[in-house]
Amino acid sequence: MAEELETERADVREDGRRPPRAVVGSHRIEEEIFGKVFDGNIIKRIWAFVRPYRVKIYWAVVAVLTFTAMQLLVPLIIRYAIDHGMQPGSVDHGVLTWSIIAFLAAILINFGASYVQETLVGNVAEDVLFDIRKAMFAHLQRVSLSWMDKTEVGRLMSRLQGDVNSMQEFLETSVLSVGDIALLFGIVFVMLYLDLKLGLLTLSALPVLFVVRIFWLPRARKSFMAAHETNSVANGALAEAIHGVRAVQSMDRERVNFTLYDDKARANLKTHLTAAKYAQVMVPIVDSLTGLAMALVIVVGGARVLDQELDVGVMIAFLFYIQRFFDPIRSLTLQYSVMQRAMASGQRLTDVLDVPVDIKDAPDAKVLSSDMDGSVEFRDVVFGYNPKHPVLKHVSFKVNPGETVALVGPTGSGKSSCMSLIHRFYEVQGGQVLVGGHDVRDLTQDSLGRQIAMVLQEPFLFTGTVFENIRYHKTDATREQVIEAAKAVGAHDFIMRLPDGYESILGQRGGNLSLGQRQLISFARALVADAKILVLDEATANIDSYTEMLIQKALVKLLEGRTGLVIAHRLATIREADRIIVLQNGELVESGNHHELMENGKLYSRLYNLNYASFDDIPDDIVSEKEAEISTT
Amino acid sequence: MSSDATVRAAKPSTSLALVNAAGWGKGLSILTRITVMAFRHPWQSGFAIGATLVASTFQLMIPQLLGQAVDHTQVVLTGGGAGQAAQDALLTTALLLLGASVLRGIFTLIQNYYSEAVGHHMGYRLRLACYEKIQRLSFSFHDSMHSGDLITIGLLDLEGVRMYFSTALVRMVLLTMLIGIGAYLLLSTDLVLGLLALSFVPFVGWRSSVTQLRLRATWLDLQERLSVLTRVMEENLGGIRVVRAFAAQKHELDKFDAASKSALSLAHQRVGIRVANTSAMTFSFFVAMGLVLWFGGGKVMAGEMTVGTLTSFLTFMTILQMPVRQLGLMVNAFARASTCGARLFELLDLDIAIKDEKDAKDLKVSDGTLRFEHVNFAYPSAETHQVLTDVTFEAKRGETIGIVGPPGSGKSTLAHLIPRFYDVTGGKITIDGQDIRHATLQSLRRSVAVVQQDSFLFTTTIENNIAYGDPWAKEARIERASESAQLHNYVLGLPTGYGTVVGERGVSLSGGQRQRLSIARALMLRPAVMVFDDSTAAIDAGTEQRIRSAMRRYAADRVTIIVAHRLSSLMHADRILFMENGRIVESGTHDELLALGGRYKALYDLQVRPGEEALTA
Repeated sequence: MAEELETERADVREDGRRPPRAVVGSHRIEEEIFGKVFDGNIIKRIWAFVRPYRVKIYWAVVAVLTFTAMQLLVPLIIRYAIDHGMQPGSVDHGVLTWSIIAFLAAILINFGASYVQETLVGNVAEDVLFDIRKAMFAHLQRVSLSWMDKTEVGRLMSRLQGDVNSMQEFLETSVLSVGDIALLFGIVFVMLYLDLKLGLLTLSALPVLFVVRIFWLPRARKSFMAAHETNSVANGALAEAIHGVRAVQSMDRERVNFTLYDDKARANLKTHLTAAKYAQVMVPIVDSLTGLAMALVIVVGGARVLDQELDVGVMIAFLFYIQRFFDPIRSLTLQYSVMQRAMASGQRLTDVLDVPVDIKDAPDAKVLSSDMDGSVEFRDVVFGYNPKHPVLKHVSFKVNPGETVALVGPTGSGKSSCMSLIHRFYEVQGGQVLVGGHDVRDLTQDSLGRQIAMVLQEPFLFTGTVFENIRYHKTDATREQVIEAAKAVGAHDFIMRLPDGYESILGQRGGNLSLGQRQLISFARALVADAKILVLDEATANIDSYTEMLIQKALVKLLEGRTGLVIAHRLATIREADRIIVLQNGELVESGNHHELMENGKLYSRLYNLNYASFDDIPDDIVSEKEAEISTT
Repeated sequence: MSSDATVRAAKPSTSLALVNAAGWGKGLSILTRITVMAFRHPWQSGFAIGATLVASTFQLMIPQLLGQAVDHTQVVLTGGGAGQAAQDALLTTALLLLGASVLRGIFTLIQNYYSEAVGHHMGYRLRLACYEKIQRLSFSFHDSMHSGDLITIGLLDLEGVRMYFSTALVRMVLLTMLIGIGAYLLLSTDLVLGLLALSFVPFVGWRSSVTQLRLRATWLDLQERLSVLTRVMEENLGGIRVVRAFAAQKHELDKFDAASKSALSLAHQRVGIRVANTSAMTFSFFVAMGLVLWFGGGKVMAGEMTVGTLTSFLTFMTILQMPVRQLGLMVNAFARASTCGARLFELLDLDIAIKDEKDAKDLKVSDGTLRFEHVNFAYPSAETHQVLTDVTFEAKRGETIGIVGPPGSGKSTLAHLIPRFYDVTGGKITIDGQDIRHATLQSLRRSVAVVQQDSFLFTTTIENNIAYGDPWAKEARIERASESAQLHNYVLGLPTGYGTVVGERGVSLSGGQRQRLSIARALMLRPAVMVFDDSTAAIDAGTEQRIRSAMRRYAADRVTIIVAHRLSSLMHADRILFMENGRIVESGTHDELLALGGRYKALYDLQVRPGEEALTA
């Protein structure tokens, strides 16, 4: 490895000029990390999640206070033992023994309290973390698809992970801060109680530290942020190199990239060194202040001990307290950042939790029974993702039970929207969509979903076995049913050729299968679901001819005895349909079977006569040319 | 840091290698290697360790000084000298104490800063080494390695190695000093009391080491479970339409619950392990303190010991408490460095299968003739399975060769051999008579451009993406390439034109747009051989036709190889090779092959007008 470490910076051109158009990694726009320190609204929302565990939290606070009290008590017991139990020459061990017993009692309580407090806080923080995540996840299952369409999955994941984690951190440290505050005030109180003057003198070091930290904190935080930032930039660039390695090598970009990455790695090194300076600079300051306070106690307190105005045990107790003195201040100032981070995260979490659920079951929603007739009807439907720009303009048609209808039309004609509306992914703006004779808005979404099987253009498979994927919609399907379905769609043969047959694990999104094979599995999935209505978006991407043939056959099988609505791209599928509905710019332009449409000489027949194997192969300009021809004739 | 989300959990494989007897030797050699790396920054690591020695010495002085101070206050009681002398002694002690505290602080700063600096410098070098290695390792390596695992090595394992110096080595020096010298001072002052005072050390050290190793093992397990949870959520959100389409929300929530509960129960278990440990450690420390107080108190009463000495004992214990608890962290840091180092070094030590030969020369393209001579090929991962057998053909400048065949016939593999993504296992490939294995990779890959089926776009502007292989290119040339690939008009329609960011985190392009962009990108290289590896599948036939006519202008200058499913993409080729089971079984022009009436003809009939027979077959 030595030689790699020696690799010199290879500047790509002799003049050392960096290529003007080259970058590695991308700069992510970081989300706001710090919010307000305190936001009552957000605290209220978080509290709603903590509430079920409030009894535990109360106990944890009691425990933390007990723990702190014991921490304060220990030096006091030592002080008492020294001043009253250890008179040199004395033979009375009574006081010492009692002191030791008291000490023992204190540490036992301390042990119990620390156990209780840490267990309760640790567990509740984990519980709340998982609860919040679950609430969000469950909510995301219900929010409208139009919101999901606009939101990146990566963004949502960072909410479900990063933001939720910072809530957990906040919760854990909050209870501990109660202890810190109690400890700080406790020490101050005990010192002043033991000896007012000496106490005041020693405490004079405290404000110094406060002031120093107030100046230090914003600068230090900036340097920590910079280090964090350059870290994620460098890591991002590394991830890119890994994912894009094939492109990098085939474009011979290795050397350019190395130089660019070196810049990022260097920036990362530099910011980390700066951050380390900031992190460490507090050490000598705290040490010096501690030393100063102890020196004061020794000089001033010692003199008074000499004058017998002060017990030596008190002085020793002071020395012990001073050593604990600065810890709570440090954690309290850190808590400040934790709070800010938690408020920013809490804001984002509530944003997600507050996304309204647009599409809900009506209060008196009916269950769509499985013996409904399976008809689908559009009555004067008006719909647009943006209501100002309707994608469907007063579309009406009816698909009779058992009929197969092909939806045909150029890109953007509204075919996919029709499909989504049957499923009530979106609400219509005008007219109504009826399934089995009922307006979809009067039905429960769950029962509607059970009667409609949907096959998407890009089949989405889940990580898991082939078996699990096929029975995804009907988790009680038996092995026989699954195999039967796979055989029916012609997927059985290739499934059996997989290393573990039906038990083979599919990679992410079924990545280890070809597109055609994924399509067949999604067909089998739809067949197992055994719904009355099949809605299918035919794949446009090229599939090898053999699989293509299997798919065509499977389709026939799939449509048997079902109402079918197919967004068709392949002429073979279209010709076989009972009826063809031609959509254009959101309007229904013609409908009928293949022969009828061929005879009327409109758009369909003209496109068909161009002799393309698929409607999607026809270039846009030719389509518009044909449209123009029709309008002039 | 949400990029962490992409960091897949480290495998819980050999996390306890150090505890495992068989792993000792290897673990030790890895730790030695990391230590040597650290000392390649001699000044910084020297400063760090020197400062550690000094800082711990000053720290050890503090209890002594406190004890002295207490004793000075007792002179009157013990019948010592006058008040003034005692006052002076107190002042001196106080000043010494202040000095020791300040110096300890300063040297601790130096210690911490330089040990971190060593770590960051090591991290920097390792990052570069890692990056370079990953960039250079050949396709066969990347085929066999999950990208998530590589990221884990590059981020987490590297971190484990980087932290070794500060969290393991320097801490070891510090702990040895504090515990060693501290113990010596205590024991030499009073053997029995010293033993009592130190009695918590072995227990706490042992407890904390065992606990840390257990926590580490469960941590790895937890990461694994969390990554399952992550996957469930990611797939659900990515496939939300499928979920909704089949009303599978409940099923999904159940999946989520199962994954979530499994992670949560382990998280609870970890809380239990941690808490049991910290409480027990604190308790044993206080027990030891109680014992010291009791016996020490007795000795003070008996006049065998001064209060000051007792104070210094108690203070010593307070000072030792933290470092002893950290013993576990130190043991953990050693374990972590050795397992992380094992994985990291394995990567860095890998041989690069495909690299320049020692006397490799730049490829000289004159006639631009590409020749396959009896080429055999098997993937390194499956050496017994011959993917290409005796493939021989020649392509001259200006020619277009179409390659077609059923899935798995080896046509894409053939395309990948030309730029040496893989090396042939038999026969050879030459360009103008030069075996490509004797040419430098740089010159070869600049002469051969492959447009992949699913090409990776970088998260940067369209302009930068097109100019990826030639980042110095003039704007006009970028636009010309974009025009030829039929991308220009689309780009002009975007609000920010060529400055539009695409890729993973940018505007998402359709499959066809991506393919057109990667064609433009390949054109920028001005290659002598251009290979389209099924790279027009998502482009509609009309646009493909236009791309083809735009390319015709340059086609005379190069060899064009088109691998495709769709016959319309390669019907016009000068020669079409039909491949089956790794062999060329038919070869000729479109018309010749149709006339031949073989496999090509059958495919043609199937594709060009899929009739009713396809449905009823």
